[in-house]
Amino acid sequence: MKSRIFGAALFSVLLASANAFAQIKVVATTQDLESIAREIGGTKVSVDSLAKGYQDPHFVEAKPSFILKLHSTDLLIAVGRELEIGWLPPLINQARNPRIQPNGDRYLDASQTAKILEIPTGQITRAMGDVHPSGNPHYWLGPDNGRRIAQLIQKKLSEISPPDAAFFAQRYADFDRRLADAEKRWQAAMAPYKGVKVVTYHRSWPNFTDAFGLEVIGYVEPKPGIPPSPSHTLELIQEMKRQNVKIIIIEPYFDRKTPDAIARETGAQVIVLAPSVGGEKEVTDYFKLFDYDVNLVVNAIKQTGTK
Amino acid sequence: MTRRSIRCASACAAMTFSSWLSTSAFAQTPAAAAAAAPQQTTDPQQIRQELDRLRQEFETIRDSYGARLAALEARLGSSQPAPVPPLPDAPAPAAAAPTPSAGQSPRPPGQTEGVEVPSGAAGAGGPQGTLPVYGGAAASSKVFNPDMAVIGNFIGTTGENTIESAPSLEMHEAEVTFQAVVDPYARADVFLSATPEGLEIEEGFLTLTSLPGGLLAKVGKMKEQFGKANTMHAHTLPWIDVPIVMKNFLGGEEGLNDSGVSVSKLLLNPWFFLEATGEVYQGNSGPFQTQERNDVSWLGRLRGYRDINESTNLDLGMSFTRGHNDAGLDTTTRLFGVDATLRYRPLRRAIYRRFMARTELMWSHRGQDIGDVSAFGMYASGDYQFARRWFGGVRFDRSARAADANLIDQGPSVVVTYWPSEFSQIRGQYRRTNYAEGVTSNEALFQFLFSIGAHGAHVF
Repeated sequence: MKSRIFGAALFSVLLASANAFAQIKVVATTQDLESIAREIGGTKVSVDSLAKGYQDPHFVEAKPSFILKLHSTDLLIAVGRELEIGWLPPLINQARNPRIQPNGDRYLDASQTAKILEIPTGQITRAMGDVHPSGNPHYWLGPDNGRRIAQLIQKKLSEISPPDAAFFAQRYADFDRRLADAEKRWQAAMAPYKGVKVVTYHRSWPNFTDAFGLEVIGYVEPKPGIPPSPSHTLELIQEMKRQNVKIIIIEPYFDRKTPDAIARETGAQVIVLAPSVGGEKEVTDYFKLFDYDVNLVVNAIKQTGTK
Repeated sequence: MTRRSIRCASACAAMTFSSWLSTSAFAQTPAAAAAAAPQQTTDPQQIRQELDRLRQEFETIRDSYGARLAALEARLGSSQPAPVPPLPDAPAPAAAAPTPSAGQSPRPPGQTEGVEVPSGAAGAGGPQGTLPVYGGAAASSKVFNPDMAVIGNFIGTTGENTIESAPSLEMHEAEVTFQAVVDPYARADVFLSATPEGLEIEEGFLTLTSLPGGLLAKVGKMKEQFGKANTMHAHTLPWIDVPIVMKNFLGGEEGLNDSGVSVSKLLLNPWFFLEATGEVYQGNSGPFQTQERNDVSWLGRLRGYRDINESTNLDLGMSFTRGHNDAGLDTTTRLFGVDATLRYRPLRRAIYRRFMARTELMWSHRGQDIGDVSAFGMYASGDYQFARRWFGGVRFDRSARAADANLIDQGPSVVVTYWPSEFSQIRGQYRRTNYAEGVTSNEALFQFLFSIGAHGAHVF
């Protein structure tokens, strides 16, 4: 009996490893893209990611262990819009994997069809801080962009493995349906609070606030990528008092000191939203990302009694 | 606005939003419309005015984008006309209440082709309808120009030093970089260094990224892969100067930097990152000097790296190089080096805290007509980021001179660095050096570094 169980276990391990052999290896630069790729790829892909959801995606280190991941991957999915400009290019250059070069057929820029906000028009200079010339790269925080990303991934995976195209299409349809349901849920939760004014630390949230009708009236950072300054903080406090803003949204990788000080002055509440899948322990996939964030925002609005 | 009318406005906006998406897989239109219908009767006049205003606003935006897009395409010399992408009647609900985030465009000028949508719930997989395409690559008539940047390095030196003289104030270097992909098989990086001595090629090489067998090759003039400090540009070092061992063994700030060919390969194994590099150079840099054409210098390096956990990692290397020197008729210098780097950077606090400890040990064996010289040199350093913009560091140097192992120079340095932004840096360094001649010098150095142009990658 025991040996039979053992045999069955061995068989299933062998089966699993044979299965793993046939899988398409995917590396995504962030856990958000990883989650969506998993939704579409299912058992036909193995997905890994580079940056963790709780680290600042602008400042990831180009560790050689990432080179190994990229070396053996069949597909690289990047956020794009220069989010990874400080660390992805040297990794790709050293990966010795010609297909994932930005001109290769296994490099997928997930922003291609996304709704991108804050694309600078007119002249831009670094006096404006660390501006992204091709628009705000935190676009995955709008759920509709999750759908667009999923669609790109579905297309790409079908290209890589045409026999599985129907499988990926079916997974996409399922994801799309669940996302539409979830969107209704999130919209319903946020519906009473359309137009509520908030302050955010970095410009990470335009797609989120756009999707759920929040109004961002200012930032803790005086300019993108520039740490808080006393004069800007004072101005922000006055503006928040004037407009009766009670919510400060920050990312888990920023220091709470300044936002907390602002909150004390204005009676606002600081909420640490998950900017990405993996940003908090319970945020394990793309749906839970919005579940978590919407829940925090709604609770904070209720508690502070903001209108 | 009352709560009720807010809800109504948002519902109406949701309706237009979903009608815009009606061609997509967004299958909630009837429900949303039905929900909105009874409320719409509350104040239709006001809402209609609001909608008209929004539509007008939107049309002006659309027109301006259309014109801009057309101008851009005309500049590109594209043979295709520039049709304006299909636009929604009204922006998403949030845009109805205008947000102050500057430049927030509800819909950027994008490509015109749509993305095919597979049928939604049916799952049949047949493409049906299109999603409007947003974004698209930034178009510009200069798309094929390489990424360009200039890095300025201004150094001031105070204190006494009778052995190594440096000017009090100096625009030490302006490094001009050009970087681009050459073709599907290669990329090129050129670094020109303009200094008070003149303009020279600091590095200029082609990287072949599409070689088979896990190989990576570089051809051109480049910093040789000997240890760590030798491979780094002045502006990426954690100090203003270079360690004494680089001056004594590797030819100073310039270091081993020569024309040649480099080939490296990943040695794949389940445990750690391992990379082997083999290089051959002309043989005229640092301690090396050719007398004949075939007096080339050779270099070999093995580098191992492993993540200890997500915050901490260890980087170890061994390097060897051999080339002819100017000490005799057919004499060679052999250099052997070991380097170790321990890095700590907690991911959650990555922009506020990091620590790096590094040491490099080098042995020089210099063949001379009158007796060979074996000398040892090293440095050890630690750098700690203690605030978002502040770094502190120490370094200890000790090195014999390549031509006479009895002459030993040594001393400590303390460094403080301030980062106004990612693109500029102010640094101060106190350096005390005990020279082999018996002279001790105390110097304070300061440096301004600035970078303009393309955003370069951060050095690991």
